[in-house]
Order: sequence, then C-alpha cells, then structure tokens
Amino acid sequence: MAVIPLERKPLTLIERTYVPQIVAGLKTTLTHLLRPKETLEYPEQRPAIPAGYRGVPTLVKDPHGREKCVSCQLCEFVCPPKAIRITPGEIAPGAPTSHVEKAPQEFEIDMLRCIYCGMCQEVCPEEAIFLQNQFSMTGYTREEMVNNKARLYELGGTLPDQHHKWDKKKTAEEHGNDRH
Amino acid sequence: MVEFYLQLHPVIQGLLKGLAVILVIFPIGGACSMAERKVSAWIQGRPGPNRASVPWISWIPFLGTFLQRLGIFHVMADGGKMLFKEDALPGHVNKFYFILAPIVAMIPALTTVTTVPFGAYLDEAGRVIPLALANVDIGLLAIFAVSSLGVYSLILAGWASNSKYPFLGGVRASAQLISYELSMTLSVVPLFLWVNEPGREATLGLGRVVEFQSQPGFMGGMWFLFIMPVSAFIFLTSLFAETNRQPFDMPESESDLVGGFHTEYGAFKWGLFFVAEYAHMVIGSAVFTLLFLGGWNPLPWVSLADMATWVHLADQPILLGVLSIGIFLGKVLAMIFFFMWVRWTVPRFRYDQVMEIGWKKLLPLAIANLLAYAIGIAIIQK
Repeated sequence: MAVIPLERKPLTLIERTYVPQIVAGLKTTLTHLLRPKETLEYPEQRPAIPAGYRGVPTLVKDPHGREKCVSCQLCEFVCPPKAIRITPGEIAPGAPTSHVEKAPQEFEIDMLRCIYCGMCQEVCPEEAIFLQNQFSMTGYTREEMVNNKARLYELGGTLPDQHHKWDKKKTAEEHGNDRH
Repeated sequence: MVEFYLQLHPVIQGLLKGLAVILVIFPIGGACSMAERKVSAWIQGRPGPNRASVPWISWIPFLGTFLQRLGIFHVMADGGKMLFKEDALPGHVNKFYFILAPIVAMIPALTTVTTVPFGAYLDEAGRVIPLALANVDIGLLAIFAVSSLGVYSLILAGWASNSKYPFLGGVRASAQLISYELSMTLSVVPLFLWVNEPGREATLGLGRVVEFQSQPGFMGGMWFLFIMPVSAFIFLTSLFAETNRQPFDMPESESDLVGGFHTEYGAFKWGLFFVAEYAHMVIGSAVFTLLFLGGWNPLPWVSLADMATWVHLADQPILLGVLSIGIFLGKVLAMIFFFMWVRWTVPRFRYDQVMEIGWKKLLPLAIANLLAYAIGIAIIQK
C-alpha cells in the first residue's frame, strides 16, 4: 500500500480560539435536537421481535386442538437448570386420541430457574414445546413464577403443524397397517 | 385598581412589587429545571420526562396530553420530592455553617433581582420609563457586588461538609469565580465608557444602557452585541464560569468530585443550591440581555417606542409594560436555552485549563479590548 504523506498544518489563529469548532458543535447538537426521537416508549410501543427469538417456553396444540406433548420427559432430562417438572399421565381409552397413549398429567416450568436456552424446544420429538415471543415475565411470589400446564397452553396457543404425525398413524392403523 | 395601588404606603408598594417579581422568578426557576431535563433529552434523542400526570388536567382532550408530554407535572413531582424527602444531616459536619450555606446561596441570588430592570412603558410625555424594583444608578455595580457574594455559600458548604470532595469543590469554586470575575468586569467597562458620553450625568444603570441601544439611526439602534462582539464574548464566557455551568462546572464536577461542594447535601438544602444556581442563570441572562441584546427592544434598530406606535399601545402604559416584559422574558429564556444547548455541546474543561483560559486568555483579551475601545471612544467622542 502506498504511503500518503499528509501535510500537518499548524492551527490558524481563528482555530486556536475554538470558536468555529464550538459553532460547528452547536450546529450538530441542534440537528440532534430537531431530529425525531430514538426512544421506544416501552409499555405502549413494543419492539419488533425477530424470527427465532427465544422468549418464554410454552406448550402448543396442533391445529386440530390436540395437545402435542406425550410426556416423554426428554425436555425435563435435557433442561440444564432443571426448570421443568413433568408428571406423566395416560390418555383415557375412549378418547379420540387414545392411540397416542400418553399425555402429561401436570407440566411445570419454573421461570425463576429457566435460562431461556431453548434446549427443550430443540430436543422435543413431538414439536410440542416452543420458546415464543413473550419476553417479559413477572410475578409477586415464587409460586406465581411457576407456569403450570394450563398456563403453558394458554401462553402457547396453537401453532401450525406440518406433519400431523399421529393422524397419519391413525389412518395407517385403520387401513390395517402396523402403526409403528 | 391603579389608583388604589398608588395610594398605598411606598413600603407596601415595594413589598407588593417584590412579591410579584419573586412570583415570576420562582416558577421560572422550576421551569428551568424541567427545561434542563427536556433539552438534555431532546439533544440526546430522547423524549424526556413525560409520564407524570394530574387526573383532572390530563383528562382535557388535547391540552392535557400535551402538558403531560411536556413534563409539566414532573416539575411538581420533583419539587414535592425535594420538599418531603428525609433531610439527613451527616454527623461529621459543622452543623451551623452546613445549614447556613444554602441560605447564603439564596440571598444574593434573590437580592440581585432588585436592580435588574425587566420592562418599560411610555409616560404621557412619550419618554421610556424602565420597570424595575430599584432602578438605581449603580445598577451593574450592585449586581456584581452582590452576586459575587454567592461564592461564599459554595466555600462555606465545601468547608462545613468536613470531607475531601466537598472541600476540593469549594476551593475550586472560590478560585474559578474570582478568576472570571475580573474578565467579566473588564469586559463591560468599554460599554459604559461608550454609554457615558461627555456632558451627561454618569451612570452605571442598566436602564440607561438599554435606552442607549434604542436611539434612532443606524449606530443608535445597534445592539451592543454588534458594536462590541469581543466584550459580549468575554462576558458570556465569564457568565458561564460565574454560574458554574458546563463547560466550567468545576465546583460541582460530578465526574471527578462526586458532587463537589454539595456532596453531603440532600433534600431541601440541596434543592436550595439548585434554585440559587438557576436564579443566578436567570439574572445573568437578564444582565446579558440588557447589556448586549437591547433589553426590551424587540429587534435591532426597532425600539420599543417605535413598536408602540405601530401597534397603537403608546397611550396604554399597562399593556405596553406587559408587552415589554414579554419581549424581555423571551430573550432571557432564549439565553437560558443557549446555556443548556452549550452544556451538551462543549465538553467540560479540566481544572488547570479553566485557570489557564481565565488568566492567560480571557483576562489579557479583556484588557486589550478595553484599551482598544478606550482609545476608539476617546477619538470618536472628543
């Protein structure tokens, strides 16, 4: 690379009074004063959540309203801070989804322990647990900060499902094929 | 009502006038603290304090929200907080002087108001009569004399606090204020040399300075800012130093001395220091306006008397008085905005730089300026 020698001029008298610099500075601050403000006024204005954001972990249902979790407890085992506690349960034999066999009886995520790492979402074979967009989680007591199953489904809602795995298995079984 | 007022005893008249002025100065002081926060916020790209609201007022459809966004109610919240907060008195301070200091800060700040004219009206003969609590001949000298007493409160606070940082703050305050007082006084001497023409009764009154800037003709109507820009520059720079504003906030210097002289102060006593500081700013801006910005004259080369004939208020002394006070206050508030604007533009000086600017730059410049104008005025007014 070529070396470009720069001529270093000594400061002129007017420059040494600092007055032109101060005037230039005043101009800069004035433009900032007149510019639209940068602040996001939080409770009324919310930030745009980028795709792939890891917020509060939630349980989701599939578009047919079936709860997707089968209480395999993989998330409970993988959870680094041990924030998840699942009590496995069985689906009643007469229910339309009885071929799924298992569903959580109780599902608790302690948000005081959760570190929002997203490993539960990554490990879930049923795509039942998702870290969604909610970023603010508050409460007055420790109990309030533990999300139970009802609350987790309320937060999670329904997400689109690309596979409908259990529906396919049911049709396969009805056509006489082994569902496994 | 005017007749009733005029038949009162002069002392009661004086008291009423004083009360009226204080009733204006105090809200301006409060508004300044909010303006400071708002201007800081705007320059930094923030909206500033805008949440506090009073139920009934904020329900007014447009005005209520506007006032809330402007942070008007935060002034009350701030004041209320300052008033009701626990006033802790540290155990190691010299209690008498510690309590005395904020009181001493308020006295010169409010006393100087008396000699500052703030408006004018025309009497039956068409002469401009300045409005002031005491339009005395020593005018500016009285202001300089009394306002320089303000430094005692800073020294007293720094010393009585009996700990290192306040002490350093107090020492810096005394050195800085004494240094800049010299250049400040020298910078206005040429102005009064020019005003006190031969054959006139000599005066240091500020009313006379404004009168001088409202004469007819090109040179007569010119503000002193244009006639003596160097004087105006020195006066303004010294004013920043005298009022402890950035970039000369040596007594406080929160970045290296915690809080300087007021480190140990809290609650209402701390509030008093700040009201005093803003009062100094208001008075300083008022004096600068009177000396260099034509006082209550609306524009350069347009005097108040000219304007009165245009808007047909020459025979309405009260309305004209209110108008002139409005013009004057507008200029003062613009100056205060300039103070805040500069605060977020110029980085603060180091202590040795403050001393160097004061003694090695401004003082010689002020003396040279005085000599040049003295010779010039001697030749012109001979």
